[in-house]
Amino acid sequence: MSDDRVTPVLETRGCTVSYDLTHEALHPVDLSFEQGGTTALIGPSGCGKSTFLRCLNLMNREIPRCRVGGDILYHGENVNSTDVDTFELRKSIGMVFQQPTPFRKSIRENVLFAPKRHGVTDKAVLDELLETSLRRAAIWDEVKDKLSRSALALSGGQQQRLCIARTLAMRPDVVLLDEPCSALDPISTFSVEETIRDMAADGICVVIVTHNMEQAARVSDRTAFFYMGQMVECGPTERLFASPADSRLEDYLTGRFG
Amino acid sequence: MADVTSVPSQAVRAARHARRIAAQDRFATGVLTAIVGLVLAVLVAIVGYILVNGAGKLFDVSFLTSKPEQFRAGGGIGPELFNSFYLLVLTLVISVPVSLGAAVFLAEYAPDNAATTVAKTAIETLSSLPSIVVGLFGFLFFVLQCGWGFSILSGSLALTMFNIPILVRTIQQALEAVPRTQRDAGLALGLTKWETTIHVLLPAAMPAIVTGVVLSAGRVFGEAAALIYTAGQSAPALDFLNFDLTSASCPWNVFRPAETLAVHIWKINSEGVVPDLEAVSNGTAAVLMVCILAFNLLARWAGKAIARRLTAE
Ligand SMILES: Nc1ncnc2c1ncn2[C@@H]1O[C@H](COP(=O)(O)OP(=O)(O)OP(=O)(O)O)[C@@H](O)[C@H]1O
Ligand SMILES: [Mg+2]
Repeated sequence: MSDDRVTPVLETRGCTVSYDLTHEALHPVDLSFEQGGTTALIGPSGCGKSTFLRCLNLMNREIPRCRVGGDILYHGENVNSTDVDTFELRKSIGMVFQQPTPFRKSIRENVLFAPKRHGVTDKAVLDELLETSLRRAAIWDEVKDKLSRSALALSGGQQQRLCIARTLAMRPDVVLLDEPCSALDPISTFSVEETIRDMAADGICVVIVTHNMEQAARVSDRTAFFYMGQMVECGPTERLFASPADSRLEDYLTGRFG
Repeated sequence: MADVTSVPSQAVRAARHARRIAAQDRFATGVLTAIVGLVLAVLVAIVGYILVNGAGKLFDVSFLTSKPEQFRAGGGIGPELFNSFYLLVLTLVISVPVSLGAAVFLAEYAPDNAATTVAKTAIETLSSLPSIVVGLFGFLFFVLQCGWGFSILSGSLALTMFNIPILVRTIQQALEAVPRTQRDAGLALGLTKWETTIHVLLPAAMPAIVTGVVLSAGRVFGEAAALIYTAGQSAPALDFLNFDLTSASCPWNVFRPAETLAVHIWKINSEGVVPDLEAVSNGTAAVLMVCILAFNLLARWAGKAIARRLTAE
């Protein structure tokens, strides 16, 4: 690094995805994500936002016949190669899905299960981790009296915040969120957004897919616009929304399609 | 004039349509209720008949505990009752782990290729194999070829063969019914595929699995055809203080012949000569029936209890 830029936490160079080996669902994408930054991925349905997001924690590898090309650099190291330990990587790159995915376990186990599997055994450490994770996901007050109750008995919004807490309990340095609020009411959405801002403030690199422009404006400092498998335009959120350079983005923002 | 009367107005047509739909609805509901009623009536009649006829013996402790008689009246079904449970437990101990492993492999690990398709089809075919065929195979293989004779071992292996395909299918379906997102969520937390399967998918599928296992236990418990030529048709008197595993009267000896309740019913009805044949047969049927009813209730209860436990209260 000759210039004074810091190495991004995560960076893609010519990242492509194909689901059927013949045509590219995602054309080469170059993007980099910095510590403490929040990037929103927007674009019409089917344009490849989720596809791109799943490249970042190598989740596309779980899809049979899906091929990811190009380089994906995590702290400068290319992880898009077969000899990378995906399980190690996913400990530091967390993911939250569109639908809440609580496990059929107690609230406590939902949060602590993965850290335990990854070798945290000290009871005090675990209790501490449980409380801080739930607090950071803004759900502690609602569940602190029923930690051994089923996570499935929570409301959808609470389940989603629990899933965020579960991700935070891994102490990740990147968190990927795929339309995390699409199944939530406005109040839950507000508290999830609050949590997202807190995560960024804590130095976590956040990447969020959203269909909600106001949400992108509220939580992100940078936005990337995808269109038909292509990353069309990327820049500071305010600038992008105020004066889009690409006409397709302008059409999208004014609601002419998507 | 003719035009006006032959073309009904919009409102008239709508009303006529609504009447027709209502009539259809009433008719369909009536037919379905009648069908369900008929099925229920037949079921209640059978269960009621068996229970009423066997009621006298059902609560008769000496009938439930004493050994059967060959020629005199007053024989019991003690050994048969024990044999039925012993065979069931052995069968489950073998078939549940094997089926679980096979189902997990088929549902989560098996590559999507021709070999897997063949295996799945084979299992589906096996699960509808007539049990008498399984029994005759067991007779040729376990009883004769392996030289284990009519024994608990031969019987429980035949029952295992009968049970495994059914269990594999139920468990596999239970696993496949778990939403894809649960797998992704586990993997996204950095868990391995194995950890995700064992700690996320299995608990999620557990209520359905438990229900499947207990229901299959009911089927195994009432099975006769697969046992006639494998576990045999004689029930040596059992001595529960005998721990000599080679003795025919030791209950735990897996090489002794062991007639079960279902086989006993078949046997006394086809070649029994005891004077109270009918009473014994009815009593045995009632006991068998009650056990299977108990299994079904247990299945529901256990499924719910396990679900509650795993989902924490
Ligand atoms: N598992 C898959 N197998 C095959 N094709 C897929 C798969 N997932 C996505 N695709 C295809 O890739 C393209 C991009 O899909 P993707 O899910 O990334 O869109 P998206 O931008 O997230 O859309 P949405 O806003 O609706 O979630 C689509 O054309 C879709 O059909
Ligand atoms: Mg998507």
